[in-house]
Amino acid sequence: MDRVSGFWKSVWTGLQSRYLSPALITCILIGGQVTFGFLESLGQTLTAILSSVLAEFALGRLTWGVWPGLVSAYITGISVGILIRSPLFWPYVLCSVLSIASKYVLRWRGRHLWNPSNFGVSIMLFLAPEVVAGLSIQWGNTLSVMVIIWILGSVALWRLRRFHICAVYVISFLAFALIRCTFTGQAYLTSIAPITGPMYQLFIFFMITDPKTTVLTRKGQCLVAFLVAFVEMILRLNEAIYAPFYALFLVGPAANVFEIWRKAKATTDEHG
Amino acid sequence: MKREDSGIDERQPNRVVRIFVVLFFGLLLVALGVMKWGGWQEEKVSGTGFERYGFYLEEVGKQVGIDFAHEAPVLDAKLDHIMPIIASMGAAVSVVDYDRDGWQDLYVTSSRKGRLNRLYRNLGGEGFEDVAIDLGVADVNRAGVSMGAVWGDYDNDGFEDLFLYKWGRPELFRNRGGKVFERVTEIAGLPEWINAGSAIWVDYDCDGYLDIFVAGYWPESLNLWDLETTQMMPESFEYANNGGRKYLLRNLGDGTFEDVTLKVGITSRRWTLAVGAADLNSSGFPDLFLSNDYGISELYVNEGGKRFVEMGEQTGVGRQPKSGMNAAFGDVLNRGDLAIYETNISQAGVLIQGNNLWVPLRGETLRFENFAGAMGVDLGGWSFGAQFGDLNNDGALDLVLTNGYISADGNGNYWYDFSQVAGGHSAIISDAKNWPPMMGRSLAGHQTKRVWVNDGVGQFAEVAQAVGVRDRFDGRAVVLVDLWNRGMLDVVVVNQRGPLLLYRNTVRAETNWIGFDLVGQQSNRSAIGARVQVFWNGEVQVQEVSGGSGYAAQNQRPLHFGLGEGAAVDSVAIRWPSGQTQMFYAPDVRRVHRILEN
Repeated sequence: MDRVSGFWKSVWTGLQSRYLSPALITCILIGGQVTFGFLESLGQTLTAILSSVLAEFALGRLTWGVWPGLVSAYITGISVGILIRSPLFWPYVLCSVLSIASKYVLRWRGRHLWNPSNFGVSIMLFLAPEVVAGLSIQWGNTLSVMVIIWILGSVALWRLRRFHICAVYVISFLAFALIRCTFTGQAYLTSIAPITGPMYQLFIFFMITDPKTTVLTRKGQCLVAFLVAFVEMILRLNEAIYAPFYALFLVGPAANVFEIWRKAKATTDEHG
Repeated sequence: MKREDSGIDERQPNRVVRIFVVLFFGLLLVALGVMKWGGWQEEKVSGTGFERYGFYLEEVGKQVGIDFAHEAPVLDAKLDHIMPIIASMGAAVSVVDYDRDGWQDLYVTSSRKGRLNRLYRNLGGEGFEDVAIDLGVADVNRAGVSMGAVWGDYDNDGFEDLFLYKWGRPELFRNRGGKVFERVTEIAGLPEWINAGSAIWVDYDCDGYLDIFVAGYWPESLNLWDLETTQMMPESFEYANNGGRKYLLRNLGDGTFEDVTLKVGITSRRWTLAVGAADLNSSGFPDLFLSNDYGISELYVNEGGKRFVEMGEQTGVGRQPKSGMNAAFGDVLNRGDLAIYETNISQAGVLIQGNNLWVPLRGETLRFENFAGAMGVDLGGWSFGAQFGDLNNDGALDLVLTNGYISADGNGNYWYDFSQVAGGHSAIISDAKNWPPMMGRSLAGHQTKRVWVNDGVGQFAEVAQAVGVRDRFDGRAVVLVDLWNRGMLDVVVVNQRGPLLLYRNTVRAETNWIGFDLVGQQSNRSAIGARVQVFWNGEVQVQEVSGGSGYAAQNQRPLHFGLGEGAAVDSVAIRWPSGQTQMFYAPDVRRVHRILEN
């Protein structure tokens, strides 16, 4: 009896950790659309999700010879569908395909280096600004939606033992905003205004905390989160509108490369 | 937190496939790079517009005696740090033949206290003279400042009267025989103060008397010259509902108006910048389309002249919040129904809202789909006024759009600061003191204008440079008008803090056209709301007489139809606001027909 209940408990725990992220992002998607109609259009977001899933299917099967799981692609598709804004459909397809393909192409020693949607969104924002912009609006006029998402997201991160990344990033952002104010003379509220928007909620809950593209140690994760906020501050002082995406685009892979290199070096040293 | 899966990392990849994937990935990036650095531009047009598109526009404002330059308002000093943003509107133009001499005149507004509006009388095609002071419609920027003006014959005496809307006290001027204007604001019973963004004349109940619809932009409680608080900005960049109230003022037929707004079900408090009225569901009564800044658009469907029902969501036009700034109607596909053109903001790399071209879908219920992207009229910069008109008389409606928000002299731009605030919570965005100072920087300034030529089968080509529209002022209102009675539409643009530009059109001589100047009898005398269908060469095009369209603008009252080379008209159907219809067969082309209601 104990073995049976232990089995179901482990299945339940596995399901919780495996499907917590997709469940949360689905809630954000549905909540945001039903409450405020915040998507460019449902068709474009579904296009992003479908493109992402199909790309994962095709590339996983052809490259590795296995049927890949689709949770990651689903999250990537939703992230793309929410984070980029374009009146056209093709940017959603291209961004999703680039995001998924980056996992199969930009790899070193068995690990991919960029968070997929961070890669795709950053590339589209940088290379296709004529037709693509980022999500830069608020959801509605009340704090309630934001607070609910922050609570749900924080609980989910806590269960996945990644809350510290989020906490370090947020605290660093708020501290660096103070420094930015001294340079720009802006009101502090203005400097922290972006973090009250939905773009940051997706960025914090689904990008900087991605297990596969963050470094392995807890201290390292905190350091990377701090560095992302630091680079973001530099970019913001240079008036880069999509500073958080670009900061993670620069810092995340660099940290991964450093960790992989150090690990390989330690292994080599160990073996003589 | 995103969990990668599948355990693929431990396996060995298929090397051949991987090489293809890498190549494919590289190609996608190269393609994007080529788009960015190799020139992501629309087709570069070669040759002159006249050879290729059959028309050419030449700016002749000063040559014909028009020296108007708009001046922006100077408001409460608490707003000094962002004054260019707050004081970014007010350059308006409306067309009228106020003295019934058969030549179209222009009324233009300035927006600084004490500055004079102008009424440019058309001297029979021999230039223009400003008669505003003599006629009593110049010195009107004291109790607030002008935001726009629309003309309609509210007393059915045969002469067009002037309704002036402001950030301040709205004014009504009665036209006394084309000789002088009498201020009748108090007699008419107009509201004391409206911070208006738009207004139109419309006979919503088809009783033969023109009513006024005025849309507030800022809340009417604000005195923008003496603010009690800086918490007066929109509460959200895309979901704001704290703007000015709307006013539907019913003409009682005795020179007075009654506020029936709530009685007929209009409750909006969105930040309306443009209003248009047209019978979109063929009910015989005009519906109201509200193009709202900082939010979704609204469509008030008219139920028999008794009440309005807001159906933006159900019809598709009110689902996606953008920054609406224009409402113009045009039968862009020559199908006999009206599409709506609504302008928004598109700035590369920052905000790509895209303009909307709401094309009605065929079916039982009223529904629209946005075809702007598919038809090539979506990206127009920080777009303001736009109007439909057949510029080359080829039988398909073209589209002229003006744009540009704030052009400063320096090189800096305000987009980064703007994006910070726009993405912030309502407590931040709604307080002007949280908006970073502009410090002489531009925001979507120095933009190139758009002239889109309709190929008649669903595609528009952007030809502004080729046809001679090359200014980069901060355009606000645009109107189309045949100023020389030549059977071709000229273009007039007024710019914020800039000059009035008059683009004289020259069209290929072989193309035919026909015009209709309608005079209502049972209907309102201006015939606003009358619908004309022209049938020729197996085609049909519908137009409605408008009491104001675009942004802060009103086109000429007579309707102009291009027909194409050597074309003749088979028949014309006119449906008057009274419900009567009139048919004409094989009317002469190349002339304006003056038609009295039966």
